[in-house]
Amino acid sequence: MLVIKNLKASVDGKDILKGLNISIKPGELHAIMGPNGSGKSTLANVLSGKVGYKISGELKYEGKNLQEIPIDERAQKGIFLAFQYPTEIPGVNTSNFLRTSLNKVRKAQGKQELDALSFIRIIKEKSNELGMDEKMLSRQLNVGFSGGEKKKNEILQMKILEPNLIILDETDSGLDIDALKIVAEGVNSSRTDKKSFLVITHYQRLLNFINPDFVHILSDGKIVKSGSMKLAEDLEKTGYKGIK
Amino acid sequence: MKNENINHNQEYKYGFTTDIENIKAPKGLSEKTIKFISKIKKEPKWMLDWRLKAFNRLKVSKEPDWQKPKFPKINYQDLYYYSAPKSMKDKPKSLDEVDPKLIETYNKLGIPLNEQKKLSGVAVDAVFDSVSVATTFKGELTKKGIIFCPISEAIQKHPDLVKKYLGSVIPISDHYFATLNSAVFTDGSFVYIPPNTRCPMELSTYFRINASETGQFERTLIIADKGSYVSYLEGCTAPMRDENQLHAANVELIALDDAEIKYSTVQNWYPGDKDGVGGIYNFVTKRGACRGKNSKISWTQVETGSAITWKYPSCILQGDNSVGEFYSIAITNNHQKADTGTKMIHLGKNTKSKIISKGISAGKADNTYRGLVDIGRKALNSRNYTQCDSLLMGNKCGAHTVPYIKNKNSSSTIEHEATTSKINEEQLFYCNQRGLNQEEAVSLIVNGFCKDVLQQLPMEFAVEAQKLVGISLEGSVG
Repeated sequence: MLVIKNLKASVDGKDILKGLNISIKPGELHAIMGPNGSGKSTLANVLSGKVGYKISGELKYEGKNLQEIPIDERAQKGIFLAFQYPTEIPGVNTSNFLRTSLNKVRKAQGKQELDALSFIRIIKEKSNELGMDEKMLSRQLNVGFSGGEKKKNEILQMKILEPNLIILDETDSGLDIDALKIVAEGVNSSRTDKKSFLVITHYQRLLNFINPDFVHILSDGKIVKSGSMKLAEDLEKTGYKGIK
Repeated sequence: MKNENINHNQEYKYGFTTDIENIKAPKGLSEKTIKFISKIKKEPKWMLDWRLKAFNRLKVSKEPDWQKPKFPKINYQDLYYYSAPKSMKDKPKSLDEVDPKLIETYNKLGIPLNEQKKLSGVAVDAVFDSVSVATTFKGELTKKGIIFCPISEAIQKHPDLVKKYLGSVIPISDHYFATLNSAVFTDGSFVYIPPNTRCPMELSTYFRINASETGQFERTLIIADKGSYVSYLEGCTAPMRDENQLHAANVELIALDDAEIKYSTVQNWYPGDKDGVGGIYNFVTKRGACRGKNSKISWTQVETGSAITWKYPSCILQGDNSVGEFYSIAITNNHQKADTGTKMIHLGKNTKSKIISKGISAGKADNTYRGLVDIGRKALNSRNYTQCDSLLMGNKCGAHTVPYIKNKNSSSTIEHEATTSKINEEQLFYCNQRGLNQEEAVSLIVNGFCKDVLQQLPMEFAVEAQKLVGISLEGSVG
């Protein structure tokens, strides 16, 4: 699904990723943990195609060179980023935005676009699963949403767009325990043997609910250690300083 | 939002010309030209006298120069002031007699005029250069006593109404371009809604400049009698030409006691090319008088075209408890310039006004909001709320807000809010990551920014306006 070899990325002349390797197969869930400033969000941004980074190394998604594919096409090909800080877009209706997005993705994948009625049916079902207030869907996108609502809205979009490679960028931070469980359930119920996950997080908390196949520690732009869930548990005890 | 419908890198799609034989007035501005126009319109003597009075005034009047966009000197002697398709000379009595080329032109513009394909619920008056080509749904409106016809026809058939109200809101001495219009205006729409009548459909005029070296000087007069209501919409397009063409219209609205007029504009004149060559000078005077108590006038404008837009649709709130509203979207891209806003003149007691202005500037364009709120000494307990938001795209464009605020009594309040922002990279990234390309993302974000104004438009035109917003900004983010 995703192969990253010796990935280096810099922004404004500052090196952030310094030779990162990772390989994710279909159906796997990988967690990346790391201290502040280690390059976690940069990795998420580079994978989704955010502009402004100078990149070298190999970046392959389903056998294709990702660097040649613009952001919107990556999204259409099934790469989804759940944002750490979902941005507010005033005046844009949440439900309309989702429908526009879904139809763009469906169209690119050769599927029929959904009319308003079939879309409403889907969005109602999925938002109920996440315990979301339906009224939220008619509000302006992320405007005045609480931290928890914003994150749930990201998970809702993930469920609706049905992507293949899902990157969660600190989706758990700032969530209370109930919201955290809902997010985890959202992830678990979306897992199939075709979908892959890259879960970026600071804490073991979320991982307890979603059982990652692999845990990697990112430090100073490189993966310094990889292992199983046990690694995350050790990390919780010793802190990043204890890992070397 | 239907982003999938946006056609990429779409050029100005109304840029075609119709090849049609014209009758033109002699070139240049003179008493002879004015007499020619008056004669060809078969006008009564009082109308000609009115025009000549304006012409005499024009001789001692000077072009205003306080506006921000400067423009090269216009040679008024080098313009044609009247141009009409030859086939319109002996006015066709029904649509069957209208030159098929003209019908086809309006079909191309998406304004079907023939009976079977008429826009449902919208009566259209189509003005081509200097004449009205056709007016639809006339019969249905007449039954209710509503008059909706070309102003040239109103001058002949309803002289009392025209005499009473023409120039009563915009006097012929108002300013250079208003005076020029009064002297040489050719056609435009006339609307009269009788007392206690709600106009059952949208009234719409579609203006088209076709001929070259020709100015369009239309005149619109709308009168809403006591307790009546009308919603009116104007649209405009022009062919792509290298020259700059002048469009100097006057629009007067009069609302009597308890009457309401809603006036919407979707202005899409040719804006000139990417390097700023050609395009329309859109110098328009629009003013409404809330003459009666509890009356209301609401202006909504979506200004996306023209090389230079210079207009201030205004409300004179004479009647007690009257209400004036101004909702505006002005989009400038490439080398376009806009200096637009409103004037709210509060004279009556308990009068209210609301101004919502959204300016979007991209490319090397310049966009100014200029507005006056003037609450008079006797306009006790009056209120104004103004909100001016500017959105910048790129770093070569400009946005300016120039509010003039005067409050002459202590019981009235004025609120003014203004923001300026740049289109946000994070918003674009978010939309891109959800599968929208750059232009779709811009269109979505800008439509969101303009939502408060777009939702004021009649349903039939809101979708069209949303698309236009996207198209006008194509290529603006790179």
